[in-house]
Amino acid sequence: MTHLWIRQIAGVLRLELKRTAFSKRGWWIYCLAAAPVIVALLHWLLQSNRHSARHSLGEDSVVFAGMFLVFFLRGSIFFGCMGIFTSLFRGEMLEKTLHYYFMTPLRRELLAAGKYLAGLTVALMLFLPSVAATFLLLGRHFGAAWTDYLVHGPGLGQLGSYLLVTALGCIGYGAVFLVCGLIYKNPMIPAAVVWVWEALNPFLPALLKKISVIFYLKSLCPVEVPAEPPFSLMVIETDPASAWVAIPGLLAVAALLLIYAGISARQAEISYGE
Amino acid sequence: MSPKQTIAFENVSRFYGEVLGVNRVNLTVPPGVTSLVGPNGAGKTTLMNLMTGLLHPTEGEIRVLGVSPQDPERLCRLVGYCTQFDAFPKGLTGYKFLYAFLRMHGMSHAECDQRAKRSLELVGLSEAANRLVGAYSKGMRQRVKLAQAIAHDPQVVILDEPLNGLDPMARAEAIALFRQWGEQGRHVIVSSHILHEVDRISDQVILLSQGYVVAEGAIQGVRSEVKDQPMQILVRCDRPAVLAARLFDQNHIVEARIHGDGKNLLLSTKDADSFYLLLNRVILDSGLQVESVAPADDDVNSVYQYLIGAEGSAV
Repeated sequence: MTHLWIRQIAGVLRLELKRTAFSKRGWWIYCLAAAPVIVALLHWLLQSNRHSARHSLGEDSVVFAGMFLVFFLRGSIFFGCMGIFTSLFRGEMLEKTLHYYFMTPLRRELLAAGKYLAGLTVALMLFLPSVAATFLLLGRHFGAAWTDYLVHGPGLGQLGSYLLVTALGCIGYGAVFLVCGLIYKNPMIPAAVVWVWEALNPFLPALLKKISVIFYLKSLCPVEVPAEPPFSLMVIETDPASAWVAIPGLLAVAALLLIYAGISARQAEISYGE
Repeated sequence: MSPKQTIAFENVSRFYGEVLGVNRVNLTVPPGVTSLVGPNGAGKTTLMNLMTGLLHPTEGEIRVLGVSPQDPERLCRLVGYCTQFDAFPKGLTGYKFLYAFLRMHGMSHAECDQRAKRSLELVGLSEAANRLVGAYSKGMRQRVKLAQAIAHDPQVVILDEPLNGLDPMARAEAIALFRQWGEQGRHVIVSSHILHEVDRISDQVILLSQGYVVAEGAIQGVRSEVKDQPMQILVRCDRPAVLAARLFDQNHIVEARIHGDGKNLLLSTKDADSFYLLLNRVILDSGLQVESVAPADDDVNSVYQYLIGAEGSAV
């Protein structure tokens, strides 16, 4: 049975990767992934032509931390995952092709799992290189000092942490948006609600902060981003979650959402609105 | 017939919100070719989607060869469904389309390859196997859907408007294929708007109107149940006028018309059995030479007109 399930998941994965990766419809997701790399590249080129840097290496690492938090986590990873994962079921409903899967002897839970894995593969393929390239390019203009920071300093460790947070972000948001795409006809509305909730996170009381993905992701970031006034006055400071809580917690929430997605897929009907 | 050999609906209803899909359907479909006939919105596709598990009944229970449609792991090994949706996963050739979904059945690469090729050959698409489905004509897309529905050799084949978009030659081939599957003891459920073709392929029909099953069974049986419509019988003989004169004495004869080449008598009777007895007497009394006697309205088209009538005239 396990052998059959692996074969079926592999079949779904193959078909979904073909459909999801490099589709014309996903152009804006590729732009989201490419944009920070282009910004970092421009930063490197512009700073390389100057004789003396106007800022320190430490400042650049804080700039990256801010960029990672605001642009990657709240922007490209959030919206990219929204685009990729909501379309896994909803996109097929719109294209009127989901019934082909439903007419195969495939457990619907495995279909949800296969689709999730395909979405996760695409998201990781896009955002891990994007984060790594942006990080490596942003301080590149410091030359040997940057290489030293990477090799002998905390650079590689920080990069590893950012990549881990990126992967966990894709896992967490992916599971959230897979469920949204399965149970809502218009997943944009719940996605907007999730986005507002995640954006309000710094201003929420400690208990509510913990009911979010961003709180745990932020806790795992290696460099803290200080809040600027006037936001600093409104931010409610909370102790970050430890890695031992954040990582298993996020994985557990994603697993619960996937189980729910499997149950929803089993109860799903083919109704293309005709 | 045991439940494992039939498709059974027990008091099945399906509503879309407040809109009726099908209501209180009780059916037992035996093997052979069964046609679903009815005007647009009668509930044909709903019935097909219910028996394939794509929709769930609001009430009632369905069993397909003893298997619940809510058990896709078992059901989809028994059932192949050619839907009316003219959409395909992007970027796949005809061969890869069949192959990819055969893999979901857990078959080996070699078996998937063999079955995909055989199905494409059966529907006459071998030469176009390696072209993208997106580049196929409507008829070819219809045929590749048929190939996909039968590739895993299902016991139940459900076909929603399968003849749409097919040219006359392909239609004839498809009909021959359906008949062949029916004769092999499979369940072939076909919905079609083309009544004379339904007549040619069906062992039994299910007439639907506004979500209700109006009639079901072998078409002659269904016709004989329609008591309020006089039976039409066509008699070809040497002296139809003599026969007509004798018939007008009878109360059960509603109408008699001589037409065609003057040797055909088309009559309407409320009591076919009495007419046949009378015909025997006339033959004995007057030496009438009868070439043929045949019911003229025990086809799907006539039954459809009698039971569903003007509401389905647009079909």
